[in-house]
Amino acid sequence: MRKKLVLVGNGMAGVRTLEELLKLAPEAYDITVFGAEPHGNYNRILLSPVLAGEKRLDEIMLNDEAWYTANGITLYKGKTVTEIDRARRRVIADDGTTASYDRLLLATGSLPIVLPIPGHDLPGVVTFREIRDVDRMLEVALTHRHAVVIGGGLLGLEAANGLMKQGMEVTVVHLMETLMERQLDVPAANMLRRSLEEKGLRFVMPAQTEAILGNGRVSAVRLADGTEIDADLVVMAVGIRPNIHLARSTGIYCERGIVVNDTLQTYDPRIYALGECVQHRNTTYGLVAPLFEQGKVCANHLAGLGYWRYEGSKTSTKLKVTGIDLFSAGDFIGDDSTEEIYFKDIAGGVYKKLALRDDRITGAVLYGDTADGSWYFQLMREGADISDLREHLLFGQRHLGDAGHGDINHAVVMTDDQEVCGCNGVCKGDIIKAITSKGLFTLEEVRAHTKASSSCGSCTGLVEQILAHTLGGEYSAPGVKPLCKCTDFTHDQVRKAIREHQLQSLAAVMHFLEWKSPDGCPACRPALNFYLLVAWPGEYHDEGQSRYINERVHANIQKDGSYSVVPRVFGGITNPAQLRALADVAERFQVPEVKFTGGSRIDLLGVKKEQLPAIWADLAAAGFVSGHAYGKAVRTVKCCVGSDWCRFGTQDSTTMAIAIEKMTWGSWTPHKFKMGVSGCPRNCAEATIKDLGVVAVESGWEIHVGGNGGVKVRATDLLCHVTTMDEVLEYTGAFLQLYREEARYLERTAPWLERVGISYLKERLVADAAGRRAYYERFRASQVFAQQDPWGERGCQGVDRHEFIPLKVLA
Amino acid sequence: MADLTATDTQWIGVGTLDDIPPLGARVVRTPDGDIALFRTAGDQVFALRDRCPHKGGPLSQGIVYDHKVACPLHNWAIDLESGVAVAPDEGCAGRHPVRVEGREIYLSLAVLAAAAD
Repeated sequence: MRKKLVLVGNGMAGVRTLEELLKLAPEAYDITVFGAEPHGNYNRILLSPVLAGEKRLDEIMLNDEAWYTANGITLYKGKTVTEIDRARRRVIADDGTTASYDRLLLATGSLPIVLPIPGHDLPGVVTFREIRDVDRMLEVALTHRHAVVIGGGLLGLEAANGLMKQGMEVTVVHLMETLMERQLDVPAANMLRRSLEEKGLRFVMPAQTEAILGNGRVSAVRLADGTEIDADLVVMAVGIRPNIHLARSTGIYCERGIVVNDTLQTYDPRIYALGECVQHRNTTYGLVAPLFEQGKVCANHLAGLGYWRYEGSKTSTKLKVTGIDLFSAGDFIGDDSTEEIYFKDIAGGVYKKLALRDDRITGAVLYGDTADGSWYFQLMREGADISDLREHLLFGQRHLGDAGHGDINHAVVMTDDQEVCGCNGVCKGDIIKAITSKGLFTLEEVRAHTKASSSCGSCTGLVEQILAHTLGGEYSAPGVKPLCKCTDFTHDQVRKAIREHQLQSLAAVMHFLEWKSPDGCPACRPALNFYLLVAWPGEYHDEGQSRYINERVHANIQKDGSYSVVPRVFGGITNPAQLRALADVAERFQVPEVKFTGGSRIDLLGVKKEQLPAIWADLAAAGFVSGHAYGKAVRTVKCCVGSDWCRFGTQDSTTMAIAIEKMTWGSWTPHKFKMGVSGCPRNCAEATIKDLGVVAVESGWEIHVGGNGGVKVRATDLLCHVTTMDEVLEYTGAFLQLYREEARYLERTAPWLERVGISYLKERLVADAAGRRAYYERFRASQVFAQQDPWGERGCQGVDRHEFIPLKVLA
Repeated sequence: MADLTATDTQWIGVGTLDDIPPLGARVVRTPDGDIALFRTAGDQVFALRDRCPHKGGPLSQGIVYDHKVACPLHNWAIDLESGVAVAPDEGCAGRHPVRVEGREIYLSLAVLAAAAD
């Protein structure tokens, strides 16, 4: 017989947990849900737009009754559970309905605080929490004129804005000197107040409400100084408190909220609790993202898997008032140990403040221009050292030297038909529609449903912005991002474990770190394969089945299933014999197209898979090796003609390029790695948009790193200046090895450099000569194994023959 | 494959388990196009038309994990047992009956109907 699970509280946190649970263990429980409200589960976050007339009720439903039926869930709506009989393990509702449980989940949410002042119970006094409240407000707005909102916090301002949109004259009475004092500092709060006043709201503050007046129904509000304000409707929006009444009455330990541990269990281990009603590590949450994180963990334990823990959330806030952009995260007030940096353009309506401690962001307040909110929030969550970014930080991410991918950085000002994701052709309107109609809350969900940001990823920030803006106050990105959905460990934690625990195979890593899926997935397997390869050069047995097809068969798959072949031409210096050999191969195998690549190499396109070994055998006979144009690997070294021919050339760039490519070819890297060598500062080889660029100057060579000519154009940062070729090789090898050992899989050098900072690279590679030599030596040692030409092995020695021939051909 | 209803199914020996790497795939070429045979970690074998329902990508070249394969072109996940794309993507690759006896693999060219969800 199946176990019985009862959920008390038919809201976002509880139902989300059921959804997660049904994904993990659809057959584990007979589920019963009690909800006090007479509806299915709806998106409470979007009540403000409903009040403002921007959305309809049916647009904010998340789970209609059909969903409960389809999943075999018994739904008792409009029934409030009033008693938990823990001895007999059953709950009893106000109408006498009972349900017994093996596991009980409390998601009773929070209650709006009602000020205990005279008149608080008069008709016409409402709170702002449920559909019922919105209905009442809309009803009054139809026939009456004056509204008073008590409370100038997030919820109060959204309510005031909505009522104003419904045609009422609205006065906000706020106890404090400034609005939203928990989210905003004084300058931002003043700017907010001014623009809300321009929209037509009135503010009376600081002011304490003493009584609500009225005879039969509300007619006015009286303040402590005796002022009376006409009111046909009073909205109390002074805060919420966890709804713990039921839990407390049954003897479950509560403080401010129901106290739960990291597995979301109360002091009665059969009873779980989550959402706004709980207190976890002394914190209560009133935003949706933490609730969903809790839901994931809770579902995991209810499903009997038991390997996740909830460790708290960092949150950020946005205001859902159309036309006002406001973002706040973390501790922005600061103290003696923090410093602040500001950008302030009052007339232009832009204010930004970041609080820093030890070169790390601890909090942010943005007003008017919130485009970079998600970026600051990410830097804050990751605890990134921002000392290198400091002078550009307030100008935003797009000022970090990249001029790439359009320059639309303001999701807010985009029109619905503007394209967000250029790879998959997804417009802003498509994303918003998916978020609202399908009830999406996370970046991963938006990716799955719309494909936006699922290919090259360059529009991820934009998609997050749209998500944040559509969901408004309640969106916050998850804390630390795990390597993939098969694990909770991050890239860095996995790498550390591989080294420290001598894990030498994918199976060993997955076993030791308790991977959640037995085979891993297409995201983690290539990453693990790479990490193992770097950690144990020569010892680790490369697992072909964990590599993407291009790297498994050493050629680039094309959209029609054919492959391209790019032989290595060191430094791009060739000769008639090589060209003749390439021409012969192209003719002999009837290669459909021959072109030069972006890295100035020759590409044979349209080759059938089974032709590959024979082509490689011919190329090997002519002295060619693989160009690795298909891999997360060292690609080409592009170069100009240099001082041999060029009248401006200061150094022999071609000899340098050949030497670099000879030393580095065959190396696997976290992402593709391109190089360039220019013979003078005119920089014809475009070395300053390469992962590593060498530029000759009269006095020697400059080494530049972290450039990118791809998704986001980024110019390199100068690492150092050296004089000899040996030094260039040593720095190059050392830089490559540091990148191989420390960057995350699929992280290009540009974002890696922006993450760790150029100072860090200088510290490791320039200041520390012994350290640099050690990296260089480790690189050379791994090259002994890496420089076995995969084409020769497959073309001449029959390696991996099964990859290239059909299992059977049927006539 | 328990849902086989045809009684005149012709089983064709196409090779042995050892011909397909674990978590790998091989292709059987037929006059009507390629059929991809996948081998899971648990040595189960599944056969699908070697065309992703999305843009025709060769599924045999994808990464195999659990009972799924990720198409090499755009990373759609296709369920090996049903041939159906993992939600929210939609589409289905045709399935063929396949049988393993000992280590020998037998394939039928009969096309199976799309599995019910």
